[in-house]
Amino acid sequence: MLDKEMVKMLFEGVRDTCYMTLVSTFFGYLIGLPLGIFLTLTDKDGLTPNKAIYSLLDVIINITRSVPFLILLIVVMPLTKAIVGKSYGSTATIVPLTIAAAPLIGRMVESSLKDVGKGVIEAAVSMGAKTGTIVRKVLIGEARTSLLTGVAIVLGTVLGYSAMAGVVGGGGLGDIAIRYGYYRYETGIMLITLVFIIAVVQVMQGIGSFVAKKFDHRSK
Amino acid sequence: MKQSLLEIKHLNKAYGENIILKSFNLKVEKGDVVVVIGPSGCGKSTLLRCINALEDIQGGEILIGGEPISRNAKNISTMRQKVGMVFQSYDLFPHKTILDNVLLAPIKVQKRKRNEVEKEALELLGKVGLADRKNDYPRQLSGGQKQRVAIVRALIMHPDILLLDEITAALDPEMVREVLEVVISLAKSGSTMMIVTHEMAFAKAIATRVLFLENGEIVEESKEPKAFFESPQTERAKKFLKSFEY
Repeated sequence: MLDKEMVKMLFEGVRDTCYMTLVSTFFGYLIGLPLGIFLTLTDKDGLTPNKAIYSLLDVIINITRSVPFLILLIVVMPLTKAIVGKSYGSTATIVPLTIAAAPLIGRMVESSLKDVGKGVIEAAVSMGAKTGTIVRKVLIGEARTSLLTGVAIVLGTVLGYSAMAGVVGGGGLGDIAIRYGYYRYETGIMLITLVFIIAVVQVMQGIGSFVAKKFDHRSK
Repeated sequence: MKQSLLEIKHLNKAYGENIILKSFNLKVEKGDVVVVIGPSGCGKSTLLRCINALEDIQGGEILIGGEPISRNAKNISTMRQKVGMVFQSYDLFPHKTILDNVLLAPIKVQKRKRNEVEKEALELLGKVGLADRKNDYPRQLSGGQKQRVAIVRALIMHPDILLLDEITAALDPEMVREVLEVVISLAKSGSTMMIVTHEMAFAKAIATRVLFLENGEIVEESKEPKAFFESPQTERAKKFLKSFEY
């Protein structure tokens, strides 16, 4: 069962899974981080309350998050094809993964930033700090532990989504598990793939938690 | 006529239906140490917060050096720099070292040069006895030490007036003294301050003026703090001061 071909395939699976997960999470943060910041600022207790903008972002996020990933994957296929040129394979999967990750990240970032003490923000305001400075130096600076923990959680979730993309030929470990385990009834291969997926999640989570802890100065 | 450092004209402040300050007037001159006392909920903390434009006001005007300070004004950042504020809960940045806590605003807000500010920061930290703690994080400090750092963090901005909002209310009795001694030495060096406190002995020692507030209005005002604390003129102030005696 585990010949050379197989081992090679599994390692390529790990590589593709990591590739999809990391790149999608990266693009997800490009959209989700500003989203989370705007949510925090425009909320009614935020620095620049703006009900219209908050409600709009809130609704968009809720809608995107309500769509099951498998459906989203299929719905955005035309867009995927337009951007990547094809609708299957690892690179193509990055498009729906990013779209699914961004609103999740927006919410995670919002929740992290809202945990920063009101008093600390007020102290910065009282010293004449402008909103931009407060976002960069106080909100992000003080929420970094929580933000980094969030990255680890997002990575785990995105990796899970990427495995789901295997159903439509998404590439990576999920793809292998579905092709061998589900279509060919090779339970052994499926289980081995599963172990690899778990290992990847563990490593990402472990690194995430370690880094988060390293940056924590709040308490010992 | 000479321009007052701080002038409050007919200030109205309310939270919804709840009126906190009613047509409040006050002038503070350079070198004044105004101690504001009164029962909880009398509006004294809100008054300080209004002066730093941390609160929207519903009417009236607050002028600092003749210029109005208001939340939505274009020059709000510049105006706030003239008003230093120290809070009850210190509110140091937990993820920044003591030195970085002090340096953040002068460097990022006032755009001053790092080496110049750092020198001044160490000098000020030295004055409050904390220069050797510059690389520590706030969690490694006691409440009293944190509050002294918070005072330094406000002082380094060179504010025209310093607002102290119940800065010892969260401290153990022993730490109260180390913080108040710092404030007393500031007063001696001529700093203009407005102080909200429940420490009557301290108030008596430091004040050049006393305001006794209740329900958002000045009930009694005195430029002779010693006389005020010994024999207040109003029944209300008498009763209030009596509550501190055993």
